[in-house]
Amino acid sequence: MAKIFEIPLYPYTRNPDQDSPKTNRHPVIIVGAGPVGLAAAIDLAQQDIPVVVVDDNDRVSFGSRAICFAKRPLEILDRLGCGEPMVEKGVTWNIGKVFFDDRQTYEFNLLAEDGHKRPAFINLQQYYFEAYLMDRVRVLEAEGKPIEIRGKNKVVSIENNDDHVSLQIDTPDGVYQVEAEWLISCDGAGSPVRQMLGLDFVGRVFEDNFLIADVVMDADFPTERWFWFNPPFNRDQSALLHKQPDGVWRIDLQLGWDIDKAEEKKPENVIRRLKQMLGDEISFDLEWVSIYTFQCRRMEKFRHNRVLFAGDAAHQVSPFGARGANSGIQDSDNLCWKLKLVLDGIAPETLLDTYDDERIYGADENILNSSRSTDFITPKSAVSRQFRDAVLHLAEKHEFARPMVNSGRLSVPCIYSESRLNTPDSTKLPTSTRPGAPAVDAPVNEGWLLDQLNGDFKLLFVGINGESPSVAGIHLDVIEVQPGQNPVFEDRYLGDEDTAIYLIRPDQHIAARWTSYDETEIRNAILRAIGQE
Amino acid sequence: MLITTPNIHDADGFYSELLDMHDGLSENESKALNARLILVLANHIGDREVLAEAMRTALD
Repeated sequence: MAKIFEIPLYPYTRNPDQDSPKTNRHPVIIVGAGPVGLAAAIDLAQQDIPVVVVDDNDRVSFGSRAICFAKRPLEILDRLGCGEPMVEKGVTWNIGKVFFDDRQTYEFNLLAEDGHKRPAFINLQQYYFEAYLMDRVRVLEAEGKPIEIRGKNKVVSIENNDDHVSLQIDTPDGVYQVEAEWLISCDGAGSPVRQMLGLDFVGRVFEDNFLIADVVMDADFPTERWFWFNPPFNRDQSALLHKQPDGVWRIDLQLGWDIDKAEEKKPENVIRRLKQMLGDEISFDLEWVSIYTFQCRRMEKFRHNRVLFAGDAAHQVSPFGARGANSGIQDSDNLCWKLKLVLDGIAPETLLDTYDDERIYGADENILNSSRSTDFITPKSAVSRQFRDAVLHLAEKHEFARPMVNSGRLSVPCIYSESRLNTPDSTKLPTSTRPGAPAVDAPVNEGWLLDQLNGDFKLLFVGINGESPSVAGIHLDVIEVQPGQNPVFEDRYLGDEDTAIYLIRPDQHIAARWTSYDETEIRNAILRAIGQE
Repeated sequence: MLITTPNIHDADGFYSELLDMHDGLSENESKALNARLILVLANHIGDREVLAEAMRTALD
């Protein structure tokens, strides 16, 4: 049976732009049908913004690639209508174990608290992730939403003008010309769009190689993340074992810098290495093997006039911490509602500069964390190795050293505390729900809070009544919660106060909050949140 | 009593500052720097019993 990544899921077909006598202009063209491009396309189409996605391929990601999806992206996927199949198919895990040499140093549990719809993490092959996004695209198409995915459409030239972007796209039938008011570049770390525009991409290269292998085996390892520092089967290097659906296991083996890549990738050498790790008695098949090096870097700006960069095209991190695809989904989440308001003429174009501010802040946080993890995993000097080994040694017996063990700081939601879209907070409400934070999920009114935050601005009234002020062009939904019925929710949204009002953006981030009703303040906060102040 | 539970806020930030201090130093310079740092910290702790317990912990 063909694997899902071998089937053309969006094969080439002729499109109307190829036969049009004049050059057509679309509101939004997205380059790249990977996780970020598809998420952005779904988000825009759900809001009735016509969107065309072009990709030089016609199928989902070859190999598992990104496999770890965090709670926040899963919540975003719920809003995009495709979280459920991912969580159902994915492997849910909470426990991580760290080994040093031949001993377990400690274990951690990521599940900190109850009362969230989604788990801390699921593992799911990127090809499934993209396939479920494609399923959602097909559903939207069937509903008549304005979404179109064009396979075997390769951008070969681009012109970034004041009020539009002009593209030449190559296809099996030759080149055609098309224009877009806005272009979202989600075409990956090597982004051809970024290169064609001659834009910078600077940062730090880590001199290391990792062998990544997807292994199909019947093994009774538990559903946990296992990380080894300097194990007997891979001396002076690290190793990672992680479970994916369908009995597929992800194995990462650090190889060091000075290696012969072609030699290491030969199946007989990979199998020899895996047997050293797994022992001779476990039988397995190799599904996919790759060797990767990585860089931690970002573009200086993610918005360049009419071109907006998202995901790996805009920033790259080391894989430790699962901050790649997870942050790309958050880019798209941040961008799409802003782009809609600008396209609808409700918000000024400068609102898109806050995409830059907020997501560069996110990218820097991810780069910092993943660089630190990499420095711990791959010590860059003799002294840093000594400290690293000292931490691992002490961590086995002493709790104090454990927070310093760094095998990857796993992706947590980004909090835009300093965003200019926030209204300064003068309440004593809980800090976890402060302006800039994504709304924390909680059971409420016999459902989940985040399921009710489905894409428009919301006003959340807790224990207080009020009118929703009308602000030019902004659709504001009201959610009312009566106190005394939802203790977990009240813990997160009231704390020691009796009443609260929250203004929540379409991307579920909190923009402002109060403990009493004042229509003018709410109106001003909305204007601020759409960049009109 | 020697504290053996986590006591440093922002452990990752501390760890990275600790290593940054060694940037560009030779191995001997790094050892000397570590020795000076231990003496500075020991003086801050002061308590002889705590210091003795810390030494036993590190030796273990």
